[in-house]
Amino acid sequence: MADKLRTLQNLEALQARYVGTGHADTTKYEWLQNITRDSYASYIGHPPLLSYMAVGMGEPKEKVRTMMIEKMIRGSGAPPETQE
Amino acid sequence: MATTSHMFMYSLTIQPPTAITQAILGQFAGTREQQIVTASGSKLTIHRPDPTQGRITPIFSQDVFGIIRSLAAFRLAGSNKDYIIIGTDSGRITIVEYIPSANRFNRIHLETFGKSGIRRVVPGQYLVVDPKGRACLIASVEKNKLVYVLNRNSQAELTISSPLEAHKPQILVFAMAALDVGYENPIFAAIEVDYSESDQDPTGHAFEEVEKLLVYYELDLGLNHVVRKWSDPVDRTASMLFQVPGGADGPSGVLVCAEDNITYRHSNQDAFRVPIPRRSGSTENPERKRQIVSGVMHKMRGAFFFLLQTEDGDLFKLTLDMVEDDNGQLTGEVKGLKIKYFDTVPVASSLLILKSGFLYVASEAGNHNFYQFEKLGDDDEETEFSSDSFSADPSVPVEPVYFRPRGAENLNLVETLNSLNPLIDSKVANLTDEDAPQIYSVCGMGARSSFRTLKHGLEVSEIVESELPSVPSAVWTTKLNRADEFDAYIILSFANGTLVLSIGETVEEVTDTGFLSTAPTLAVQQLGEDTLIQIHPRGIRHILADRRVNEWPAPQHRSIVAAATNERQVAVALSSGEIVYFEMDVDGSLAEYDERRQMSGTVTCLSLGEVPEGRVRSSFLAVGCDDSTVRILSLDPDSTLENKSVQALTAAPSALSIMSMADSSSGGSTPYLHIGLYSGVYLRTVLDEVTGELSDTRTRFLGAKPVKLFRVSVKGQTAVLALSSRPWLGYSDIQTKGFMLTPLDYVGLEWGWNFSSEQCEEGMVGIQGQNLRIFSIEKLDNNMLQESIPLSYTPRRFVQHPEQPLFYVIESDNNILSPSTRATLLEDAKARNGDVAMLPPEEFGYPRGTGHWASCIQVVDPLISKSVIYSLELEDNEAAVSIAAVPFSSQDDEVFLVVGTGKDMIVSPPSSSGGFIHIYRFQENGTELEFIHKTKVEEPPLSLLGFQGRLATGIGANLRIYDLGMKQLLRKCQTVATPNLIVDLQTQGSRIVVGDVRESITYVVYKYQENVLIPFVDDSVPRWTTKTTMVDYETTAGGDKFGNLWLLRCPRKASDEADEDGSGAHLIHERGYLQGTPNRLELMAHFYTQDIPTSVQKAQLVAGGRDILVWTGFQGTVGIFVPFISREDVDFFQNLEMQLAAQTPPLAGRDHLIYRGYYAPVKGAIDGDLCEMYFLLPNDIKMMIAAELDRSVREIERKISDMRTRVAY
Repeated sequence: MADKLRTLQNLEALQARYVGTGHADTTKYEWLQNITRDSYASYIGHPPLLSYMAVGMGEPKEKVRTMMIEKMIRGSGAPPETQE
Repeated sequence: MATTSHMFMYSLTIQPPTAITQAILGQFAGTREQQIVTASGSKLTIHRPDPTQGRITPIFSQDVFGIIRSLAAFRLAGSNKDYIIIGTDSGRITIVEYIPSANRFNRIHLETFGKSGIRRVVPGQYLVVDPKGRACLIASVEKNKLVYVLNRNSQAELTISSPLEAHKPQILVFAMAALDVGYENPIFAAIEVDYSESDQDPTGHAFEEVEKLLVYYELDLGLNHVVRKWSDPVDRTASMLFQVPGGADGPSGVLVCAEDNITYRHSNQDAFRVPIPRRSGSTENPERKRQIVSGVMHKMRGAFFFLLQTEDGDLFKLTLDMVEDDNGQLTGEVKGLKIKYFDTVPVASSLLILKSGFLYVASEAGNHNFYQFEKLGDDDEETEFSSDSFSADPSVPVEPVYFRPRGAENLNLVETLNSLNPLIDSKVANLTDEDAPQIYSVCGMGARSSFRTLKHGLEVSEIVESELPSVPSAVWTTKLNRADEFDAYIILSFANGTLVLSIGETVEEVTDTGFLSTAPTLAVQQLGEDTLIQIHPRGIRHILADRRVNEWPAPQHRSIVAAATNERQVAVALSSGEIVYFEMDVDGSLAEYDERRQMSGTVTCLSLGEVPEGRVRSSFLAVGCDDSTVRILSLDPDSTLENKSVQALTAAPSALSIMSMADSSSGGSTPYLHIGLYSGVYLRTVLDEVTGELSDTRTRFLGAKPVKLFRVSVKGQTAVLALSSRPWLGYSDIQTKGFMLTPLDYVGLEWGWNFSSEQCEEGMVGIQGQNLRIFSIEKLDNNMLQESIPLSYTPRRFVQHPEQPLFYVIESDNNILSPSTRATLLEDAKARNGDVAMLPPEEFGYPRGTGHWASCIQVVDPLISKSVIYSLELEDNEAAVSIAAVPFSSQDDEVFLVVGTGKDMIVSPPSSSGGFIHIYRFQENGTELEFIHKTKVEEPPLSLLGFQGRLATGIGANLRIYDLGMKQLLRKCQTVATPNLIVDLQTQGSRIVVGDVRESITYVVYKYQENVLIPFVDDSVPRWTTKTTMVDYETTAGGDKFGNLWLLRCPRKASDEADEDGSGAHLIHERGYLQGTPNRLELMAHFYTQDIPTSVQKAQLVAGGRDILVWTGFQGTVGIFVPFISREDVDFFQNLEMQLAAQTPPLAGRDHLIYRGYYAPVKGAIDGDLCEMYFLLPNDIKMMIAAELDRSVREIERKISDMRTRVAY
């Protein structure tokens, strides 16, 4: 039992520290949100990738970067209606 | 599966990326001089701007083997040296300093804070430093912020604290800046958005009401923790922050730049807002809002200003007005903002203002520019917009204001630094029929795009070219006195005489020099203090300062065939094979050594080294004989003309030169014997200073003519000029001190000599046919020459004409008005008597319009006219996406130009209203194009390929084969080859390799009898393919969007089965494996390059070199993959790699192996860039590694440099 508790605590610590760490009850919405935000963060963070996209869009890098962080707010869309 | 690959490649960068991620300014050397540090890809480079000449030269560059994301410079209070903080993907913060004496970066601190890699919550994206150097903040896009306190200890060393956390979950950061607060507690400002509510609200209201906040984080130095001190909503579109000077210099606070407006904000000040002026003009959309994309703040004595740049490239000068008190003194209270148009420069990723009055623009695309300030726009006629007329409330929209862009008034361009970024496509081809091919590439963005030719070579600037009365055989220059700084005479030898020219204001013939003018000359030397000697076939003429002449006649029936001289010794070889040796006496006369040495064959060449400092003679004489040997003879008094060593050669030597050069192995300078052969081969061997032994021979083929060698001086170092069919220069690389041999971009010379005069201190004089040429070499740091031809729009792809040296480039730009739309708008404006002036698009860009495309096909002639010779604009909002030159069997194998286009394309999310395939016929030898017809297809065809006399296209996920009809293309057969979108097609035989945008590559076989396309092998890993090439029938090399290069091979069995005769029924009916084709490709090699490969090609880069893979990267990298031949070499380099990674871990703390295996473990590849780091190591570490590998330092260096020079530059 103690082991199980420790595992749980470890998992919780991980989840607090690293956003996006999943758990048994991760919903599709949460998972998608994380994937979307992780992807945008990665596009912004890798300089060649950002400038590749900027050239593709014909916009300056800074504009594309801002646009992508803006998209991170919404992530993959509005959450599903909760059924209580 | 075997753990090691059967195939090993050596990856090497021959041109590092030229895109600049960020540039910073500081006094990194600890002197008052400012340097620029730039991050390009994984390279950290320090540059020295030279204000007197208006130039920027790189001083030192190091590969950190990690992705550099952010840089910051800081200085501790009271110190005068700036340190550099680097934010990379290593999950660590790195502080380095530049050590000018050693010309190296030295790491001071390396603190781990998180996981490696570029992740959403691992800091590294933003890096800001308190202006007083007391603390820095490193933040991620989401949640995490870490503050490090910087201080110094009692030994005045820099210390760094453990990190203080200022995390807040579910917060996105748009921008960060450090506030200038003087010596109060450091404050960092951030633009943040909290998305927690939006994530909980299914209705979407919360998302619409999301607020953007300006947040202040204060580091309490007393309590040693960080608090969120203040926050206030700002404009929803805010995206950038700039620090406003504080303390004694200004009011402190920040500028918040949003779409269409800039606001001054501070916690204890009123807000002030100015709009960002929009361009006025008939082709401009008056509704279009601008955004600030980069900027810089500059502090001068008692004043400061901002230069802020919009996406059009327009720079605006922004100043703050302060409230005056009753006595007319300025208070710390802000009265308002003022903004006005300054000038237009290319869109920058970093702007830097130097104290010496220069502006450095690290361009986002294309060449980087260096400008000098002519004035600061203080008293010009530009309209100034003040914040007085605008409300500071972010919810109130600002009234737009307009300005008229104009030519530069305040800035003067002094230098452009070549940059290939973004490099979109390239081809290796030899169009000029030189011995080595050139690299042709298309790069740039928008109106600053260019077609560039890259060639291996050094740039030569010619000073004089003059024709002589007849063809000279040789030329020398000489001083009159040993102490003279410059040369006084040019001596020309002709078949039957000698001509002496004096160098002064003008160059003219002199006759009273004492030189024998009726015989050809073999050698000229300034001897002793003030005498000259001339060696001619009949004897030696010793000319004293008072023009008296002592003559030593050659013995009867013999003549002098070769001679070698230095300032104290003379050696001549007679036609009988005897060597006569002279030395200068104490009284300045030449004394003959009493014995003559008889050589076995005819002597072809001789060389004496320079007299070493503090000695009376050079102790070796090198003698080359026609029996294909070189002998080293001793010149020591007790063993004069005795044999020391012999070197056998593959051909008779044509030239010899003993020369001391800088040496990377010993760190000092080492004497080398350079040997040129009649066969055009050049050798360089180390000459042992004591024993005269020859060792470490390196060979290089220079050209078809016998090699001649000359000692010259370039940029303060001794170099060897080697002449064969092309002139070459051998010199030490400025950074690594390794030996480089580079062709000169110049005519073939027959003879060369050093030349030094008041006008040209380090020049060379040469003979080419009947011409005398004087030239110099200005730069040794760049051995790739670039020639640039401007293009109209962003290039997308290009092809070569099948026979002519012409290229066809397709170009397209999104959100740009097409020429016809522009013309219509201008017509309208003319009708309304409006403004019809158009600004040059190269500087100001094209007028923009959302949803519009401008696209054209241009014919480029890179050889003769070096320009675009024909252009064809596409109409109806079509944009070209692919191009191929395809021979059609139905038209008697006539080659047509096929261009794929997309109509009304939207980049993200991708959509279009269909595509077209245009057919053009080449006219006038390809210099013009005739439109034949176009065929509508469902989607833009992203790839086209000539396949067995027909056209293969990728349309969406369909691979389709067309034949040419009279009115349109005729569909012949098709298959769904890949899951998503075909982006690349390659072929050999009846096999087509199909590259998918997300799903790697699939091999498809075409069965002619049945007219079917059958995919038979695909990949198990999703690779986001950019470009591929077939290395052989089974193997394909390719690159992906994440910066990997890979080689995939089809299993032999699957490959054979696919080509079996018959219907292919067995292939069609074979069961697919895991929802794919029946077979899987095997991975042969995988390597992370960090730059996105945009072209991969199998080619040779040097004459006589092997086939290698040449790839170019998006940021301007040119790299190669060299296949290893022997297993021993692989083992050696693997061990070396391991030793290097262990002994000299990468500067920014990224583990080398993990870096190269960023997305997938490195397989079958050796990192040549890491191996070449060996040259940069201090000697003791070099020896340590050499001992570990059981080899000598010289041997290791030789192996490393051989890997490069055998196949590339």
